[in-house]
Amino acid sequence: MIRFDQVNKWYGAYHALVDVTEHIAKGEVVVVCGPSGSGKSTLIRTLNRLEPIGSGTITIDGEDIHRRGLDVNAFRSRIGFLFQQFNLFPHLTAIENCTLAPIHLRRLAPAAAREASLALLDRVGLAHKADAYPSELSGGQQQRVAIARALAMEPPLMLFDEPTSALDPEMVGEVLLVMRALAKDGMTMICVTHEMGFAREVADRVIFMDHGRVLERATPEAFFRRPEHPRAQQFLSDIRTPFAQAA
Amino acid sequence: MIEIIQTYWVYFLVGQYPNGPLGGLALTVLLAALALLLALPLGIVLGLARISPFRVIRWPVTVIVYVVRGVPLLMVIFWAYFFLPSVTGHKTDQFSTMLIALVLFDGVYLAEIVRAGILGIPKGQFESARTLGLGYWRTMQLVILPQALRHMLPSLVNQFIATIKATSLGYIIGLTEVSFIAAQINTQVFTHATEVYGLLALTYFVLCFGLSRFAYWLEQRLARRVAHLQPLKATA
Repeated sequence: MIRFDQVNKWYGAYHALVDVTEHIAKGEVVVVCGPSGSGKSTLIRTLNRLEPIGSGTITIDGEDIHRRGLDVNAFRSRIGFLFQQFNLFPHLTAIENCTLAPIHLRRLAPAAAREASLALLDRVGLAHKADAYPSELSGGQQQRVAIARALAMEPPLMLFDEPTSALDPEMVGEVLLVMRALAKDGMTMICVTHEMGFAREVADRVIFMDHGRVLERATPEAFFRRPEHPRAQQFLSDIRTPFAQAA
Repeated sequence: MIEIIQTYWVYFLVGQYPNGPLGGLALTVLLAALALLLALPLGIVLGLARISPFRVIRWPVTVIVYVVRGVPLLMVIFWAYFFLPSVTGHKTDQFSTMLIALVLFDGVYLAEIVRAGILGIPKGQFESARTLGLGYWRTMQLVILPQALRHMLPSLVNQFIATIKATSLGYIIGLTEVSFIAAQINTQVFTHATEVYGLLALTYFVLCFGLSRFAYWLEQRLARRVAHLQPLKATA
């Protein structure tokens, strides 16, 4: 479904993505992990053209998505994207956040859009908060509304850019629960996350990145039990025993 | 004082109307209202152009903003008064001249307010609208401007008040707005300058104060509707 072929990206002299070649199949759940600054966010941001690429090609269902003349808006509407900071529209209620794109892009009648969005809010457990403004919701609730908003365009692919990193610990679970349910329903998902428990349980594959390179790709079992690359070993031991080096 | 008001109040309010052209306070209010209504859309357009990703749009507008902002309003009025007829070939009346000058002058100031308002919206708002598939214009219209305009409200009101007062400059091209009328009255009853001009000052104050209160009411109403956006006041 998704194919990265020799993708490179620079920020000025900084080489943010180095020769990334990767293939992700339909229905796969891929977790991208690695230390901060490793290029994992950049990688998924290139997938919906929030970031341009320097060289190489990225294709989705055989279509080069960075070619000139692509209808970017139509293309983006078929990819759900979740941000670390939720980025709900603060001047709109939860349900209005969800119906905005369907009404204006798919020309749905407001009543029909509202009904569909209510079903989605129900799916993330927030139907009772449909008329609340984002400021009246907790971080976890906001992120779940953001998931419902992304689902409203019925995308076949969802990208998650550290969706739980800005949340208080007690709210992480509710968001992961929704993501698990999505994965179970067969959604193709690429998640940049530090939630190793989620990766172990839900991911079909883990991609480990550092300094813009994909250093390792493995099944979660293999990756967590016996990572091959020294950087991945280091990363995992840092996560498990954060003070090991200092001691 | 009472006597002056009794004698001249109709003249003060509407000038020589209906026996002559409309003037006085009515003309001032009409001019100010039209200027505000026309300047705001112009300001939004110029403001958007100022942050346009395209240089061909951004650069010329930036030049216009810098030039118009860099000269006194009086100069803009003179340009409109003397320059416009020489281009168009026929004489523009004082009202239109003044309106054009005010709209242009305010437009560039509003453009900067609009620009600041838009740049003040977090980048994530723009990005999340775009990831949903909304285009640039829809993003502006549905997501960015509704938030930005609210933040801009105090600055907009500031500019609108300046506009109301700037209509008095119509005096120098002989527009019979309220200041002009006051000066006329003063020449007729020339021992009462304090009263006449005191009344004029009070008139402007009431107009501006009214607008301020209206803006404040609007702000509170928006704040109630959108509970999360704190009412715009200093935090304790």
